[in-house]
Amino acid sequence: MSGVADLGGTEGWGRVTTPTAAEPVFARKWESRAFALALLTMSRVSGRNRDAFRHALERLDRDDYFQDGYYGRWLSGAELMLVDSAILAPGAVEARTRRLRGEDVEELPVPEPNKPGYAPTAAGSLRTVEEPPAFAPAHVVRAKDTHPTGHTRLAGYLRGHLGVVETVQPAALLPDTHALLLGENPQHVYTVRFDSRELWGAEAEPFQVTAELYESYLEPVS
Amino acid sequence: MSETTPAGRLPVELRAEALEQLLTERGLVDPVVMDELVQTYETSVGPMNGAKVVARAWTDPEYRRRLLADGTAAIAELGFTGPGGEHIVVVENTPRRHNVIVCTLCSCYPWPVLGLPPSWYKDPAYRARVVREPRAVLAEMGLELPAETEIVVRDSTSEVRWLVLPQRPHGTENLPEEQLAQLVTRDAMIGVAKVPPP
Repeated sequence: MSGVADLGGTEGWGRVTTPTAAEPVFARKWESRAFALALLTMSRVSGRNRDAFRHALERLDRDDYFQDGYYGRWLSGAELMLVDSAILAPGAVEARTRRLRGEDVEELPVPEPNKPGYAPTAAGSLRTVEEPPAFAPAHVVRAKDTHPTGHTRLAGYLRGHLGVVETVQPAALLPDTHALLLGENPQHVYTVRFDSRELWGAEAEPFQVTAELYESYLEPVS
Repeated sequence: MSETTPAGRLPVELRAEALEQLLTERGLVDPVVMDELVQTYETSVGPMNGAKVVARAWTDPEYRRRLLADGTAAIAELGFTGPGGEHIVVVENTPRRHNVIVCTLCSCYPWPVLGLPPSWYKDPAYRARVVREPRAVLAEMGLELPAETEIVVRDSTSEVRWLVLPQRPHGTENLPEEQLAQLVTRDAMIGVAKVPPP
């Protein structure tokens, strides 16, 4: 799944906000604390596993994803990872928050940690794959019409559609298994170009979309 | 996380404070390290880095060639590396072809050259709509493109990161590199604006 995060092509969001040049990096102080807490949580819990953090964000309910904005989402994602690995008890943050605003609430005991046995084979996400790439530039491919239940970077709006390979990118570990701490499974990665009318029908604005797709997301078109 | 209703959500700033306290008390997080991280992204990693890359490419044809051939390496020549910059691809905007960057699934963004993304880049409206009706979205953002300009939307769905090399504005032929860098905007390097003439 990509859960609540899979927004490409969805409707009902209204107008795009017009950019302002003077926007501060963090609009409020708590946003900067949430940013740093999430980054440090990511490295402490899962060895800089950005895929696991993205998967945590995708598992949030709609309120936790949208109600407190981007850094509210990061805060909830960090909390979910910390609860998953039993560094924090479920409800520990809520109890402390209520105490901070003066409620007489019991704090929860620190649980027995269950930190995942995860160790990356190298820094970053780029890896070497011995087998040659299955596809080459100008190959026509189809993004598989799959509905995985774990984590994926195959956006919903691309599934089942035909595209053309633009570039073979460096091979990288597969987010689908890496996010769940099930192994790196490195694969070739392709920038694939899709025509807007293939994705959205004959009435669509004419344009192209590209996305980076892992080899197992693609099938050949004969 | 909380079991309260949306109307009764716990205030997010208090939740952030609570989490920081819980982790700090147990020595799992150092507030000084947090301060340093925040300061880095508030002051030294931001679009001023990308602007230097663009200005160099505008004034040095050999650098421009290297940048378009291997963005990561050419950007590292100017000292810009780090998280979110493992593999950066630079694409050139021209009168014929206009690239615009998005991450529909989260907020992937080339941190070493642009810093942390602006709020609109992370908003659902931009993420949802720019892959469906980019010409309309760009017009809402103040960029009207001629009908003959082809639009290519770059959805960042892996660890590959994209940076736009914008068109150099007219009337800047005699400006030195440092002054050109002052003209380059974050939005032009994402592809939702053009660099305004001086």
